Amino acid sequence: MRSLFLALFLRDIRLAMRRRIEALLPVVFFVVAVSLFPLGVGPEHDTLRLIAPGVVWVCALLAAMLSLTSLFAQDHADGSLEQMLLTGQSAVVVAVAKSAAHWTLTGLPLTIAAPLFGLLFDMHPASIAALTVSLLLGTPTLSLLGAVGAALTLGLRSAGVLIILLVLPLSIPALIFGTGAVGAVEAGQSSMAHYSILGALLIFTALTAPPAAAAALRISAE
Amino acid sequence: MSTSPAAIAAPHLHAATLACRRGTRLLFQDLNLNLPPGRIVWLRGHNGRGKTSLLRLAAGLSTPEHGEVTADGEPVRRSSDFRDRLVFIGHANALKDDLTVTEALQFLLRIHGRPSDAATAHAALARLEMGSRRNAFVRTLSQGQRRRVALARLAVEPGPSLWVLDEPFDALDVDGITRLNDLLEGHVARGGSVLLTSHLPLDSARLAPLEIDLDAYAPRR
Repeated sequence: MRSLFLALFLRDIRLAMRRRIEALLPVVFFVVAVSLFPLGVGPEHDTLRLIAPGVVWVCALLAAMLSLTSLFAQDHADGSLEQMLLTGQSAVVVAVAKSAAHWTLTGLPLTIAAPLFGLLFDMHPASIAALTVSLLLGTPTLSLLGAVGAALTLGLRSAGVLIILLVLPLSIPALIFGTGAVGAVEAGQSSMAHYSILGALLIFTALTAPPAAAAALRISAE
Repeated sequence: MSTSPAAIAAPHLHAATLACRRGTRLLFQDLNLNLPPGRIVWLRGHNGRGKTSLLRLAAGLSTPEHGEVTADGEPVRRSSDFRDRLVFIGHANALKDDLTVTEALQFLLRIHGRPSDAATAHAALARLEMGSRRNAFVRTLSQGQRRRVALARLAVEPGPSLWVLDEPFDALDVDGITRLNDLLEGHVARGGSVLLTSHLPLDSARLAPLEIDLDAYAPRR
């Protein structure tokens, strides 16, 4: 089980390294989208500080969606997915490995880039820390949910649109509590409650999303 | 992984009154399939008759409309022991363009729990005369060369297993066909079994295939 997970995870990372420009697209989108907001909204510190958590979270959410369509589609097209389903091990391992690789290639870089944008929006250090922690807890949830959407829409012609329609509503709780954590810190309260809910969301998604994605993958092979 | 006692022989594949439906169309019905270890079954039939669908049923990738495919009496859909003794090479080669030939082969061997060190992969590639291209990227290969790399998995198989091959001779040149025939012959001699489709006539003298003509099982209207 570990060898399948590792083989798949490392292969996805290696493939991304071979296509750096494509792999960087979500992060580039995130950087560009977030930096456009101060230009559009105006340079008032108070306004920027107010909208910063929401802007960063929404852009992270959309950036994570960008690379979802190709999560399983290429493996499906070239026959790799069939081979993965025929290993004698559960398709859940495949779903977990692909989600983990997706998070490492999008969620993790977004989380690392977020503090820089906190500075750009003139956020307080405590708020920046809360934003980073909330992204660290929230982005894996997005990758796991995204894997379900990507697996369900495999082989469909309008997969891109359907994934967004399927996954975005499901990721709204993560968005609300992610930005809520920063709001709580700025209001002088503890953000622990928000972290707990984000953590609970992550645990719940980690337990339910991979089996759902695995079932969808098996159906796609029929 | 292949240390179970059952790994000594190839799975005995069996199906009775098998029917397959794709969408609304019934492809074949009342099909009986018996593949004992040490034999080759050659599926024939017109395009669209369900050859690939039957291979996918046999590999446990899809479920039949009627009947069940079993390996040593166990349904293939639920037997992970069967999957450890199965090599399925579909019409698609399952090679990633951005990997080198060796990496792509090693990945396939690794996920199937086969020996996957570089030496094994290089030896397998040499068996199909792809040794000189082992560090080339898959995207630089021709169709026939890609097929050879995909088929190199067969050269690694340690014990008798079941090979399910969808048009394995596709895109291969004369030399490639000879090399694949060598692999098939050696495999059968070891007690392995093969289920394959091919629009080219098989070398009956060397391989002595059992034939199944899917046209005979097409639903009557």
